[in-house]
Amino acid sequence: MESILQVNNITMVYPAGVIANKNVSVDVTEKTIHAIVGENGAGKSTLMKAIFGIIHPQEGDIIYKGKKVNFKNPDDAINVGIGMVHQHLMLAPDLTVAENLILGVEPRKGSLFLDTDKAVRITKEVSERYGLDVPADKKIKDLPIGVRQRVEILKALYRNAELLILDEPTAVLTPQETVILFKTLFRLKENGKTILFISHKLSEVKQLADRITVMRDARVITTEDASDVTEEEIAHLMVGRDIDTARLDPPEKMGGVRLSVKNVSYIDDENVQVLKNINFDIRAGEILGIAGVDGNGQTELIDILTGLSRPTEGSISMDGKNIAGLSPRQVRELGMSHIPEDRMENGVADTASLEENFIVDRYYKKEFSRYGKLDWKYIRKYSKELIQKFNILTQSSRTPAGSLSGGNIQKVVVARELSSDPQIIIAAQPTRGVDIGSEELIHVLLKDARDSGKAVFLISADLDEILKLSSRIIVIYNGEITAHFKDVSKVTGKDLGPYMLGVKKEEGAHGEIHS
Amino acid sequence: MEKFILKYFTLIRTLIAILVGVIISIVLIYLISKTPAYSLKQFLLGPILSKSRLANVFENASPIIFCGVAIAIAFQAKQFNVGAEGALFLSAAIGTAFAVSTHMPALPHVILILVVAGLTGAAWGWIPGVLKAKWGASELVSSLMMNYVAYFLGLYLINSHFRDKSAGFLVSLPLPKTAWLPQIIPGTRIHVGIILAVIFALLGYYFLYHTTTGYEIRTTGNNDKFARFGGINVVKVVILSQVISGMIAGFGGMTEVMGIHHRFNWQNSPGYGWDGVIVAIIGRNHPILIIFAALFLSYLRVGSQVLNLMADVPSELVAVIQAIIIILITAEAFLSQWKYKITMKQASLEEAGNESIA
Ligand SMILES: Nc1ncnc2c1ncn2[C@@H]1O[C@H](COP(=O)(O)OP(=O)(O)OP(=O)(O)O)[C@@H](O)[C@H]1O
Ligand SMILES: [Mg+2]
Repeated sequence: MESILQVNNITMVYPAGVIANKNVSVDVTEKTIHAIVGENGAGKSTLMKAIFGIIHPQEGDIIYKGKKVNFKNPDDAINVGIGMVHQHLMLAPDLTVAENLILGVEPRKGSLFLDTDKAVRITKEVSERYGLDVPADKKIKDLPIGVRQRVEILKALYRNAELLILDEPTAVLTPQETVILFKTLFRLKENGKTILFISHKLSEVKQLADRITVMRDARVITTEDASDVTEEEIAHLMVGRDIDTARLDPPEKMGGVRLSVKNVSYIDDENVQVLKNINFDIRAGEILGIAGVDGNGQTELIDILTGLSRPTEGSISMDGKNIAGLSPRQVRELGMSHIPEDRMENGVADTASLEENFIVDRYYKKEFSRYGKLDWKYIRKYSKELIQKFNILTQSSRTPAGSLSGGNIQKVVVARELSSDPQIIIAAQPTRGVDIGSEELIHVLLKDARDSGKAVFLISADLDEILKLSSRIIVIYNGEITAHFKDVSKVTGKDLGPYMLGVKKEEGAHGEIHS
Repeated sequence: MEKFILKYFTLIRTLIAILVGVIISIVLIYLISKTPAYSLKQFLLGPILSKSRLANVFENASPIIFCGVAIAIAFQAKQFNVGAEGALFLSAAIGTAFAVSTHMPALPHVILILVVAGLTGAAWGWIPGVLKAKWGASELVSSLMMNYVAYFLGLYLINSHFRDKSAGFLVSLPLPKTAWLPQIIPGTRIHVGIILAVIFALLGYYFLYHTTTGYEIRTTGNNDKFARFGGINVVKVVILSQVISGMIAGFGGMTEVMGIHHRFNWQNSPGYGWDGVIVAIIGRNHPILIIFAALFLSYLRVGSQVLNLMADVPSELVAVIQAIIIILITAEAFLSQWKYKITMKQASLEEAGNESIA
């Protein structure tokens, strides 16, 4: 078969002086699925952005369909049939799903007006065709990140690209959605399309890809046929050691209830009941996992628990104290920490330095400031320690957060939230987009927190993560708890699936421990 | 050398933008003037050729520094409050009213007047702040409209209640001597106000970059959702930043009255608040850079007045130069290619260095 894309000796240096790609060469064969893997900051997204014309490497060239190309901007790339789904989603927040989907290729009424009805019709059609469910007339800003991810994928599919670039498309998809997406990708391949794909989930890579390119330290280490390497071998190539994927031992001792959610309901601004009578407890020394397809009320539940919004009804108590309606500061003061599901929206200020990002919840405390004066010397030292402990790849502690790679930004957020000596940890997609080495570190830290008597609430679209870490699991569907698994040792993803999709339901299920 | 350029890139770019602006104006002068060499000299060197003009540069810069710092504090919180002009005008009017109706020894009098003016400005900043924080009303629109309100309110107060009927024109009663800011350089009108302006700029810098409240303001400006998530009271910050902004502009207006005119003599809005917006942009919302930006702008202004007076070039020219410089400074892409090249060179040098060590 012929090669569709050749990248020859690309070198990309970012303005701050970071060499993100060094002499990178990749050859992509048409009608194949080609995966790129590598640790956080290895330069994967950089390479994709270079191909798509977002950034312009100083050296090297790109050959597409036998012709040397020099894309000035993504439009040029789109025009010759390249599509891309970015790691950090790029949708217009104030437009609806349908409007985003057809942006740039709008159906028109006359020549001036957007044909909204048609846009909605197209969206429904595309959504059905590819099996990814999206609400056509909702605004993007009102949607959880998993749903946005689906929109972004549909948008690229709808444009019918010849070469489709997907930068971590599955990071926030549930297994069911991932399966559907993979079916779609296989079908696209059969129809003659080519797919370039980045993921940290090696099982996916193995399952999907024909060829695999491994990157490390801005360089390409090797490109292999997928059938020639095992998952372990890929992991080894990436990080140079073996990785532990076994489930956690069950907690040894559990204490009293630390977080208790009682009869919580939430009705949103549009009068939709998003949460219906939610009840659960989390004890000291356990991790309660909540499984569910994104968009079933998890986001609202997290916001309520962390003081970002108040429940319409019900109470939440933390160590016996009612916290419903307290401010984020007050809730944090009581010892709650929160890893948010969307790191770019809530987790960091991308133009601020890492130092400033690390102190957002603690700058007023006495180690960090005295009489209102910030102690920058201490803050710098403190930041450097966190950078080291969490293995964050950055030039310095004063680098703006936005110029780190996706996984490293995630580590900044996790580092902050796990270093405040939290009593209760709300962890939403805690390892989203981090490489397997760092995933292991974060898992160990959550386990340590559990074993030292903290309570952890884990929200994740990644069922393997839920199954690996949780002491108990509840399932949420359409704002209701549909199942409660008290003993997780024998539970598998298959057992959870029907509850997550609303096919099955335990009557009156809840996550309380006395029942 | 390259390292140095990279480190101070934004500053260097600003300086080059200024240089380009000046070069373009030189070209313009050559096109317009019949005696270009003479005109050019008046424009570029006019302000330093006489003591009184040089003094003018500093006198003018002082309220601009105040307003620049005021605007910068709001801008750092991403509050586009452009109400400095109104705050300055109204604070000066109310401060004047207070000054002429009270009698006390000099120091407490000066301090109290400044307090009154500062509070007026603060209240003026508070209104758009609250409208924004509680109801989401655009502070840009409300502060802009309030500039008109301030203007007519100020004029009404002075012209109808505190007017000096013995003067031949519309001015307030003169301030008692106890309310004057002392002059610091004899033979000029440079007064304590310029020192206060610099002090406020330094304080503004310290406030923004070294205090917890300053951190809250900048963090809210960087990403307000993140700030709220982290526990910062964003509503408070949005209001506070505009209150502080109004207060500083208020000081600026009042020091002008107390130091230069010794009475309220504005019938038109003096425009310092708008100059404040310009220098905040040139100085990238950094109070210390704003001092230099204000001096620069003031120098240009005086230069153009000299030009207008002594040669055959209209002072409107200065508006053209200003516009060019601001466009160049705010255009992120200006010189970015150059930066790229240096970065690249620098990085490959370092890489080569590393490899030879290893
Ligand atoms: N805009 C930028 N400015 C400066 N440096 C950047 C910028 N974007 C990325 N980098 C740096 O380039 C390097 C490679 O980043 P890149 O985003 O390509 O990594 P990645 O392989 O996609 O990692 P991840 O798995 O975490 O997404 C990192 O060291 C990162 O800090
Ligand atoms: Mg990436």
